[in-house]
Parts: sequence; C-alpha cells; structure tokens
Amino acid sequence: MPANDDVVLSIRDLSKQFGSGCEHCRDQSFELQKNMCPECHTVFAVRNVSFDLYKGEILGIVGESGSGKSTLMKMMYFDQEATSGNYILPEDNTVEGNVFNVSSQKKRQIRNEQLGMVYQNPILGLKMDFSSVTNIAEKLIASGSRNVGKMTERADNFLEKVNISLDRKYEAPKNFSGGMQQRVQIAKALSNYPPILLLDEVTTGLDLSVQADVLELIKEIQRDMGVSMIVVSHDLAIIRMLCDRTMVMLDGEVIEHGITDQILEDPQHKYTQQLVYSIL
Amino acid sequence: MITINDFSKSFTIHHLKQTREAINGVSFDVEKGEFLGIVGESGSGKSTILKSIYGTYKPTSGIVSYDSEIFGKVDLHTISDRALIKLRTREIGYVSQFLKVMPRTTTLELVINSMLEMGENKKTAAEKAEETLKHFDIPEALWHNYPNTFSGGEKLRLNIACAVVKNPRLLLLDEPTASLDEKSKLKVRETISKLIDNGTTLIGIFHDLEFMDGLCNKVYDMNSKTLEERAI
Repeated sequence: MPANDDVVLSIRDLSKQFGSGCEHCRDQSFELQKNMCPECHTVFAVRNVSFDLYKGEILGIVGESGSGKSTLMKMMYFDQEATSGNYILPEDNTVEGNVFNVSSQKKRQIRNEQLGMVYQNPILGLKMDFSSVTNIAEKLIASGSRNVGKMTERADNFLEKVNISLDRKYEAPKNFSGGMQQRVQIAKALSNYPPILLLDEVTTGLDLSVQADVLELIKEIQRDMGVSMIVVSHDLAIIRMLCDRTMVMLDGEVIEHGITDQILEDPQHKYTQQLVYSIL
Repeated sequence: MITINDFSKSFTIHHLKQTREAINGVSFDVEKGEFLGIVGESGSGKSTILKSIYGTYKPTSGIVSYDSEIFGKVDLHTISDRALIKLRTREIGYVSQFLKVMPRTTTLELVINSMLEMGENKKTAAEKAEETLKHFDIPEALWHNYPNTFSGGEKLRLNIACAVVKNPRLLLLDEPTASLDEKSKLKVRETISKLIDNGTTLIGIFHDLEFMDGLCNKVYDMNSKTLEERAI
C-alpha cells in the first residue's frame, strides 16, 4: 500500500474557540447550539480538524458562512492564534514539530517563506496606497531579497503572469477594479515562490469573465510551479473545477471529506446532500 | 486485473429518509487485456458499477480489487483518496457521456493539460495531443476553439481523446458512443481495437450490442447477473 508520501502540511486536532468556555461546554459530550455553548456563549469556531495537504494538490474546503473555513485558514497563516492543535510543515527543514509553538519571529519567517495567502478582501492582502510593484517588493523583502533590480524584474514577471499591464505597475491598487486587485494580490502572494498557497474565497464577487481568468491562473500555477493549495469557497462549481480533494465543514467540524467528484456525486452526509442539491 | 466480488451499492437520501438499493450481489473479473461489456436495461446499475470502480461512488459493501502497476494489488473500495487520485492520473481512465471543461481552455490545451497532469513534458504532450486530435477527426480549425461551442459528437470524441491520450492501463467507458453517428462510432471502434492490441484492459457500457461484436471477450448481464465469455 502507498505510504503517506510528500505531505507538505499536516493539521491535527486543530480547534479555535472564542470565549473561555464553562463547566458545561468543557464536557465533550455536551450538546452545543450549532457551534455555540448556550450557557456561556463561547463559540467553537473550529473543532478538532485534522487533514494533510500533499505536494502539488489543490484541496477544497466548502461550507456555509460561519462554518469555520476562514478561521481555519487564518490560523494556518498565523493571523489568528489556535486554541489547541498540531501544525506540521514536513518540507520545511528549518523548523521541527508543532509550528504553533515556535517564536513569533519564526512564525513570521514561515509566513514569508513557506506560505502565500490570498484573502477574499484585497484590502487585507495589499497596501492599497502603494504601487503594485512596491506591494510585491514588500513580500520579497520580507522573505530576504535586497536587490532592487531583481525585485522589480520579479514583480514585472508576476504582474505579467496575472495579466496586469506593466504600464500600470507603478499605480496603486486602490485605483484598480476588484478583479485587478485580486490578481495583484495573487501575484504578491506568489512572488517568492511559496510552496503552499492559501486561497480564501478568491473569486467571490468577481464577474464571470474575471473569475475565469483567476481560475485559469490558479490551475496554471498548480501545473507549472507545483504549488500546493488550499482553496476555500462556498461555490461548488469552482471546487469542482479546481480541487482534487474536498472537505465539507459545518459548525466548525469537518463532516465529510473525499475525492471531489465523489463528494459532489455521492455525498454521504445530510448537510452535504443539501448543499449538492442546491447547485444551480 | 480487476475483480469485483459480491458488490453492492445503495444510496441513502436523507431528506426523504430513504435508502435505495442500486445494485447488489455483482461479481465478475476481468483479466489484463480483456474487454468486458456490461449490458442491462436503463436503471439496472450499469453506470453505478463503473462509477464505483472509478471511485466517484462509495461502494456499500463488497470488494473491488485492482492489480495496479504502482501500488500492486489494492482494494479500490478502501484505498486512500490520495492513492486513488494517483491511479486516476496514471492508470485508470474514465470516459463519460458528458464533457466537463475548464472555462476558457481551448481544445488543444485541454488534451495537453490531461497529459501534463501525468507529468509529461510540454513538447511530448503537445505532439501527442495533436496526433490524438487528428486521429479523432477533430479538424485543426477547431483546436483553438473552446469545446463548449462543439457539437455533441465532437465533444464526445474530444472526451475520448482526453482519456486515450494518457494511454491508461484500465479504461472505463460509460456509453461513449451514445450520441455518435456511424462514422464516429467506427472511429471509436477503431480506437478501442487499437487499445486492445496495446494490452489496455477495458470495461464498457454500450447501448447497441452489435457495436461490441468482435471486440468484447466477456459480457456481464446486469439483469441475470451472469458473466458470459464470448469468442472474438
């Protein structure tokens, strides 16, 4: 049987709660109201999530708003602290064991060198008043580059890849359309060739034609650069297009996971069935 | 190469509080290089079997044993998702009646991409893709068009081209000739017989039995649940 080869990211029993919990909800068997404790109103945003991400694959996460998808992504990018859990990056030789426990300086290094994040809202990923080139340079400097010529070249390269006209590279993203901002954000996230890319609802709110551009770009990055990705979306059509494997989240828990076409054509869980029957 | 033993599949539909049995008690085996045809009326579960072998459906019970090149003997029912994806890219192909495409991907790119996924280099992928498109009579003028503008027959031929170009060890064909005219059907037949010559193992569902005459060496009848050997 095949061994668990080339895992690039591994999450075990990851949880995030907002609130301190009480005697009721600390008891595992206590029934929550959706994901909230009815007694002390602690919200359990992510509950005991475990999964592996393999080299070069795109893993999809679907679920309704409030199911914990974005919280999960933010914990992996260290935007939010985890309450408990293990986070291992087996391909990163500079760090051993649970990366939730390393120093904040080390976390910053991991974030700059191993990960790229594209947020649903470009404001979170870009400095809107700085030019696109500067935005990309910021990420490159953070990951150790110092040569201005090389950084500009790299920026040009990636802006071209995402179809941003180089005539506008010195313009600030605040002047750009939402789709263009999203593409600059992707260019920035990719510019230092991170082996892992986290994409949170990247096509939500884009018009169909720009959406197709972005999807095409994501596939191309996967094919040409072998980047592993986690794609969060509530749009099952996008998940179908992009993802090899998919996890379904509900109230902070992973309720079902499998090969994408199996999830879509033979959903097992009641909620997944509802979700799939709702596809237009 | 592939053994199905006492296989059954039912679907639980939660909102109707219903469990519907699609198939039960199916057993057959296919040796390397054989071509098994599955027959039966519509709704008898022909596609269910193919989809369960491919992993689109989760079997309810039974064994789907496959002799793979990369992993050796595996049960496709219990194998990890990751391993199954590997088998799909390298060994097991599936041709359905429908073509699913990425938006704004041209015909040529579509075929090339299915090779690149296997790790083929760009040059070889492009050459093989062109060769395959030519073989399936998809005119060069259409290579740079998006396949959603194609006729039903063209789509189907493209679908088969995408699977065949990867030279799979096991190819699953779910009514690949359903909407084809005689000429295209002959093309498909020609390709299948070439695949058989190359040692590809095939399991297929076809509506017209005549089409399979002289190609299948085994036929499984869903209604009587019997396997019958045929002389070629």
